[in-house]
Amino acid sequence: MSALQKTPLLEVQHLTMRFGGLVAIDDVSFAANNREITAIIGPNGAGKTTLFNCLTGFYKPTVGCLKLTRDNEDYLLERMPGHDITKHARVARTFQNIRLFSRMTVLENLLVAQHNKLQRASAFTLAGLLGLPAYKHVEQSAVDLARFWLDRINLTARADFEAGNLPYGDQRRLEIARAMCTEPALLCLDEPAAGLNPRESAALNDLLLDIREEIGIGILLIEHDMSVVMRISDHVVVLDYGRKIADGEPEAVRNDPEVIKAYLGEEDTEELPDVIKQDVEAAAKEEN
Amino acid sequence: MEYFVQQLINGLTLGSIYGLIAIGYTMVYGIIGMINFAHGDIYMIGAFVGIIGFIVMAILGITWIPLALLLVLVMAIVFTSVYGWTVERIAYRPLRGSQRLAPLISALGMSIFLQNYVQLLQGARVKPMQPMISGGLQLMDGGVGGFTVGMSYMQIIIILLTVVLMAAFTLLITKTALGRMQRACEQDKLMAALVGVNVDRTISLAFVMGAALAAVAGVMVTLYYGVIDFYIGFLAGLKAFTAAVLGGIGSIAGAMLGGLAIGLIEALWSAYFSVEYKDVAAFSILILVLIFRPSGFLGKPEIEKV
Repeated sequence: MSALQKTPLLEVQHLTMRFGGLVAIDDVSFAANNREITAIIGPNGAGKTTLFNCLTGFYKPTVGCLKLTRDNEDYLLERMPGHDITKHARVARTFQNIRLFSRMTVLENLLVAQHNKLQRASAFTLAGLLGLPAYKHVEQSAVDLARFWLDRINLTARADFEAGNLPYGDQRRLEIARAMCTEPALLCLDEPAAGLNPRESAALNDLLLDIREEIGIGILLIEHDMSVVMRISDHVVVLDYGRKIADGEPEAVRNDPEVIKAYLGEEDTEELPDVIKQDVEAAAKEEN
Repeated sequence: MEYFVQQLINGLTLGSIYGLIAIGYTMVYGIIGMINFAHGDIYMIGAFVGIIGFIVMAILGITWIPLALLLVLVMAIVFTSVYGWTVERIAYRPLRGSQRLAPLISALGMSIFLQNYVQLLQGARVKPMQPMISGGLQLMDGGVGGFTVGMSYMQIIIILLTVVLMAAFTLLITKTALGRMQRACEQDKLMAALVGVNVDRTISLAFVMGAALAAVAGVMVTLYYGVIDFYIGFLAGLKAFTAAVLGGIGSIAGAMLGGLAIGLIEALWSAYFSVEYKDVAAFSILILVLIFRPSGFLGKPEIEKV
């Protein structure tokens, strides 16, 4: 991970997910690298969240292979139970809605995420109760990591606030910080910018770019806000009705006729094309 | 006045025991949203392990009471915890994810099983136990013909032990990694699993911790009343459950508060009205509280998540 070049992290091969007769994902293949933000976009119902659910073990794919490479070791995610994916393959995710532990403090939210580490060191709390030095050391390192992320998201001053009382944008970033405290190799974010105002959205972008640059992990990002996608992603995968219709650099994807058709639709669709078109155009303007 | 103080002391002692049992109900409810109907019987098992423990101590020749008491408490906690863990494994875990009613029924079955199991193994007669700790302090002397207020050493031990256990338990839940794990699972099990918490183990631990506290309550009751039988878990469980609901189910401080409230209501009602109707009084108060404050003393009102 210390090397600066982009190394392959996740390989999705021929992923298919069927629910009865409904094909949610149909033979999708793509790859995501370390030190890259891979955006997954597509109209509603394209299968983006289903893809995440396959990655984190909520669904077992009908067909296909999800290979994650971390520290020169391969993990086949489709064969692992959910908690092993977090623990061994180190995939972290957030949801479309905020799911913080809202009645715990900000700091506690970040410490819970380091639970495995602490629990092992504390010999299931016994050593922790006795206050053995080895445990103290691990506990200190957990608090240090939490502080590092608190600094990053500017919440150090509010470390002892209840998480549920933070403003919306802070809660979003706290969720990402919590996911980062599990020390993931792959971070999956499901619409992190939804409902953020422009300033909060910009702060989120900075946070994600920092994670990419400094921590060097790979990020998978589901996002509807095209300006966010165009600004921060290195690689865009477009899904439509469960199929992959484009894959490449943001610039190339934006001009892809298939993508334009999927988003703007043909004449009889009811997809609110104007709104999305404006988004795309606004993003294009900002880029130029 | 003296009579009132005396009943207050008696009520506090009884309330401490209810409180210790109630914590088990409230913890399990907090984490899986279900009532552990076998918990009263877990407490009964604790009492029996206690009485067996004292016999073992006598056989081993350990007669120094503080040491014997400590060893018996440890023994009761260990054995009863194993029972608590087993109840979760057999009656709850296989049914997790099925409909809500299923584990409820299997827990009732577990409760009936435990009662009959102890009845078969230990017999249906009440088990007496010689008072081990006698004597006490005289707090108020009523003079000739007056009422003398006393507090037995046993009552002091029960109240002190409860206070210490409550403090330790509160620290465990609020300050340690284990407590954070419990609280995280209570709020969002799926998310807790995603950040690496072993949810199954956390649920098991909630049962084990509840059982450990119930074991202490069981041993204390054995010493305090001197008689136990296989059926004591039923009413004590019902009272402790009432205490947990009264205090606000899911809240640990609430369980303690509810326990004390039930204990005091019973003691004071018996003192001034009639002993026969003390259970009626306790449950009537529960009904009144639930009508005017459905989430209990310290419970948070249920907010529907959107």
